[in-house]
Amino acid sequence: MKARIKITLKSGVLDPQGKAIANALGALGFAGVDGVRQGKYIELELSESDPKRAEAEVTAMCEQLLANTVIENYQFELEPA
Amino acid sequence: MKSSVIVFPGSNCDRDVAVSLEQLTGHAPAMVWHGDAEVPDCDLIVLPGGFSYGDYLRSGAMAAHSPIMSDIVAKARSGVAVLGICNGFQVLTETQLLPGILMRNASLKFICRDVTLRVERDDTIFTNRYRKGDVIKIPVAHHDGNFFSDDETIRALEDEGRIVLRYCDADGEASGDANPNGSRANIAGILDQSGRILGLMPHPERLADEALGGTDGAPMFRSLLEALH
Repeated sequence: MKARIKITLKSGVLDPQGKAIANALGALGFAGVDGVRQGKYIELELSESDPKRAEAEVTAMCEQLLANTVIENYQFELEPA
Repeated sequence: MKSSVIVFPGSNCDRDVAVSLEQLTGHAPAMVWHGDAEVPDCDLIVLPGGFSYGDYLRSGAMAAHSPIMSDIVAKARSGVAVLGICNGFQVLTETQLLPGILMRNASLKFICRDVTLRVERDDTIFTNRYRKGDVIKIPVAHHDGNFFSDDETIRALEDEGRIVLRYCDADGEASGDANPNGSRANIAGILDQSGRILGLMPHPERLADEALGGTDGAPMFRSLLEALH
């Protein structure tokens, strides 16, 4: 089973890297980008095949290591192998 | 005073801080590899600066789960003093021994220079050899020193007097211009609730000997000796 995890900054948390990306897009002539928030994308290959157990496992992984919940939100999708 | 310096893969200030500890407290620290299970009996644990695990995922995130960390957390909870410098501060927030997180500098630039700091407390085990209001010069060297936490946590840190060091200008004013990295409330160093754990971004060990061009970092080590003997 595959887990596709998206980690994004919580709203209200300043994202200087997103801001720099927005500036760079503007400098390249891409008008009309009103905001940029950047985050992380992580793919896991899991040996677990039961979706319920996989969900619990990936949630624990996100809470303990993959995301820092002080500033980040996470969401993920599971895909059967 | 017995101390231990934890060495992670990628630590690079472990030997600097060991020199400062030996010079200023008279005792050489034990150097403890992150893969060990236990820290030897000591009064102070130092998490040094550097780039543990290459700052992968988030600064300090991997080191926070090193084998040695569970013993450090247990010892910290039982009252052993812990000093986290730079990457050590990042590790302490990732283990949640300290609140908040050190985010990418607002300028997005790596900052390596001397900064001025205002000492907010002189009644802690880390700062009893300074005077409240002292303006001291200590270098920073970091990419991720921008302290962030929610309003409630910042308020608690302020109300409980747990902000020990703030970035300030030469006159001691904690102004926006004097803030090198975008840190909330100009925070450079904070205590945990027990007052036994300090995390700070500046490097006191880098300015603790005349040969280095200044000694404003030295009183921090003398303070620890005074408090922990």
